[in-house]
Amino acid sequence: MNNMTVLELVEGIKSRKFTACDVVKHYIEVVEKSKDYNAVIEVFSDALDRAKAIDEKIANGEEVGKLAGVPVAIADNIVIEGKKASAASNFLADFVSPYSATVVKKLLAEDAIPFIRTNMDEFAVGSSSEYSLYGAVKNAVDSSRVAGGCQGGAAVAVALDMCPVAIASDTGGSLREPASFNGVVAIKPSTGTVSRFGLIASSFDQIAPITKNVSDNEYVLKVIAGKDYHDGISINNKFEAKELPATIKLGLIKEALTDEKFSNVVDSLKAEGVEFVEVSVPHFDKALACYYIIASAVTTSNLAKFDGIKSSRRSNNITDLESVYVNSRSEGFGIEAKRRIILGNFVLSGENLPAYYNQARKVQNIITSEFVSALNECDAIMMPTTLGEAFKLGEKVNDPVAMYKEDLFTVPASITGLPAITVPVAVEGLPIGVQFCGAMLEEDKLYKIAQKFEDLQRRAK
Amino acid sequence: MQEYDVVIGLEIHAELATKTKCFCNCKNEFGCEPNTNTCPVCTGMPGGLPILNKTAVEYCIKAGLCFGCDINDYAEFDRKNYFYPDLPTAYQISQLEYPLCLHGGVKLSNGRFIRLNRIHLEEDAGKLIHLGPDEGTLVDYNRGGTPLIEMVTEPDITSAEEAVELLKKMREALIFAGIANCKMEEGGMRCDVNISLKPAGSSKFGVRTEMKNINSFKSVARAIEYEVSRQAKALRLGEKLTQETRKWDDEKGKNFVMRTKEQATDYRYFPDPDIFPISISRDDVEAIRKTMPMLPDERRARYIEEFGLPEYDAELLTNSKYVSDYFENCVANYNEPKKISNWIMVELLKIVKDQEEFVFPISEKDLTYIIKLVEDKKINKTTGVKLLNKVIETGKAPEVIVKEDNLLATISEDEILAILKDVYNNNPKVVEDYKNNPNKVKGFIIGQVMRATGGKANNGVIVNLIPKVFE
Repeated sequence: MNNMTVLELVEGIKSRKFTACDVVKHYIEVVEKSKDYNAVIEVFSDALDRAKAIDEKIANGEEVGKLAGVPVAIADNIVIEGKKASAASNFLADFVSPYSATVVKKLLAEDAIPFIRTNMDEFAVGSSSEYSLYGAVKNAVDSSRVAGGCQGGAAVAVALDMCPVAIASDTGGSLREPASFNGVVAIKPSTGTVSRFGLIASSFDQIAPITKNVSDNEYVLKVIAGKDYHDGISINNKFEAKELPATIKLGLIKEALTDEKFSNVVDSLKAEGVEFVEVSVPHFDKALACYYIIASAVTTSNLAKFDGIKSSRRSNNITDLESVYVNSRSEGFGIEAKRRIILGNFVLSGENLPAYYNQARKVQNIITSEFVSALNECDAIMMPTTLGEAFKLGEKVNDPVAMYKEDLFTVPASITGLPAITVPVAVEGLPIGVQFCGAMLEEDKLYKIAQKFEDLQRRAK
Repeated sequence: MQEYDVVIGLEIHAELATKTKCFCNCKNEFGCEPNTNTCPVCTGMPGGLPILNKTAVEYCIKAGLCFGCDINDYAEFDRKNYFYPDLPTAYQISQLEYPLCLHGGVKLSNGRFIRLNRIHLEEDAGKLIHLGPDEGTLVDYNRGGTPLIEMVTEPDITSAEEAVELLKKMREALIFAGIANCKMEEGGMRCDVNISLKPAGSSKFGVRTEMKNINSFKSVARAIEYEVSRQAKALRLGEKLTQETRKWDDEKGKNFVMRTKEQATDYRYFPDPDIFPISISRDDVEAIRKTMPMLPDERRARYIEEFGLPEYDAELLTNSKYVSDYFENCVANYNEPKKISNWIMVELLKIVKDQEEFVFPISEKDLTYIIKLVEDKKINKTTGVKLLNKVIETGKAPEVIVKEDNLLATISEDEILAILKDVYNNNPKVVEDYKNNPNKVKGFIIGQVMRATGGKANNGVIVNLIPKVFE
């Protein structure tokens, strides 16, 4: 039962080649064996019970859902009724959610099995999954290296076959970067495609799947997508079918500096008949600063509700209201969350608001229109997902700016709202991904291009 | 001559009477068990997201239409960030840069027009319940996330009287429009008062202070008078005023410094990324305008034209939606507008005089029943008024009282004649006076008959019979 895809599992369970219980037991073993990677915080105790219920349904000839019996990893910042969700923070270590996220409800409605809770950077801020209450996640291929962040646990769990699919959130590359570092597929869909209700994080976050391959990714994304009453900015993404032209035309951003490895990928695709055009995004180099200003501002405000009054842990060292706030928050937040809170407050305060935040919003609009124009000239923009392969654990943890720079190629899709998917490149040694960024709501085209790329990479192997 | 010009601006908050809260589906209801009208959104649970209530937006636009505001075609919601235990998300969703309504204003009875700067929509906070020293504080989030409108005036108000009249007018307009109950004792309407003084005739504004959350008309008037005299005294003594927020203590009749400008919070406003900006078309505004109920001005015009009421009556009856509705219900029962107007103005309004919020202690049905008895001459006016008071006192239906007290039993002309004869025989002085000037003693004679009949005799009948006995 090793290395099965979502589609294979659903097929197998529905046609009774194996039972959902067999599947869950198998994955429990794998999770047990892979403990050292620190990707998993908790195996949900009711997973096997749910599997039994689904097996019974099948035995009774009842109709079952699109994800019948599929164990799904859920990131620690997506809430499930009656279960802990801590966003890897000491502050929420005791929080048991009284309700389920919309995405969880959708998974349950399709008979999926919430299986494990995956490790991540605290409150989804970080690019290495080293800022977690539960310790750093280790890279699936080289355990002396980082898993990438913030959703490193989800990527490593899929890469090491602890589950066929993980559901997590992408803030500025939090799914795509770890997917690239661990050799799996992840998408950041068009903003609003999946409801964020029940997601503990920044308003920038988009929930999406990490999978072993492109077709699984598309299959699961379609299950969890949809406009939701509980998320006012969710949209109805119809995944409208788009025909790919006989010759695919990919855009390369003139202003983006890329390395030799990326050039090699471009050359190999040219040899396969893919056409490349140079496109211009003049403010490409401003995307990173723009993202960190806006995202920090939003994070500051979103994390303010963790104040020691309600769901978050209260300090024992309190004398008055101010000490409840100051001491609870000082003890509750980790170093990177604190850094973002201070950064966010800085860019929103007094004179800084027009100088930083408002300016960044303008730049966000400029970059968005530049991307839209660039996408008029090609089927998708191709760029690296990350600066390089996974770096060493501890290498950048004390150098925040170097850490932020890791997001150079992933933040543009986040600030523009455009869909972007990362697919592994066939390389020896440490994994690395290539990213395709498409026009708004054109996931269908993007998946077709990604599929083509995946096929070529398989052949190259 | 006045030494200083008083400059007052108000920020008036009114709770909207929507069924549900501003950003979630919880009930917007006063007086429920603590924390029963709550959900993950309005308690700031991890993962909760706001959903904009369309009705709240509509009501805010209606408020704008009440006061002749420009309704903006584009509006945004901003986060006002600050920490307080009654604010579960640690930010209040409000509107800063792009509010729903701008400009407009209200005309006062002295002819002055008070300009509005804006009306915007925002959410209310929860409520802290302090248990007492060392016993801690509880928080009730039922009110958290309920919709409020904030109506901000320009600094056009010059006295406490103008401020109170403006508040009363705005309160009634919101009630007339059916968008707010403005129950003062429930905090349904409250206001912040900004005051500064400047030398009479000067165009340069003085240093202003703000008093927050004053929730009755009387308190507003007292707070303004106190602060104006405090500032005037300081200026006379050559003291320097500081821009500060002061707390009005209604019991002590004084205010105190809460915080100075330097201590003011930087709210770090920015657009809420979880709520789409909204666009409002002219068609949307017109559609909302069509659903607006008749406002006081229209009602006044109708009372004068359709019902033939004098302007005075029309004005008085439309001062409050409650009275106006009451009057219209009575007219629907019994089509004698002027008679009904008289009864309401003379008999009912005096009972509730000086109350900011009231209901009449008698139903429209019962009142019109009594008026009809009088108009049909089944009882006289005096008996009618007595009957009214007894209905109010006992809570019994007028029909029951009429029966119990045998009010409809008529006094025959013969009985009245007999009584008149007694009066004639027992009061020789009156008989003498009558010969000289009948009108001088008429009142006395009628009074005697009324006393003997327990007030049941008909006034007109008595007047007709007097000459038969006395001449």
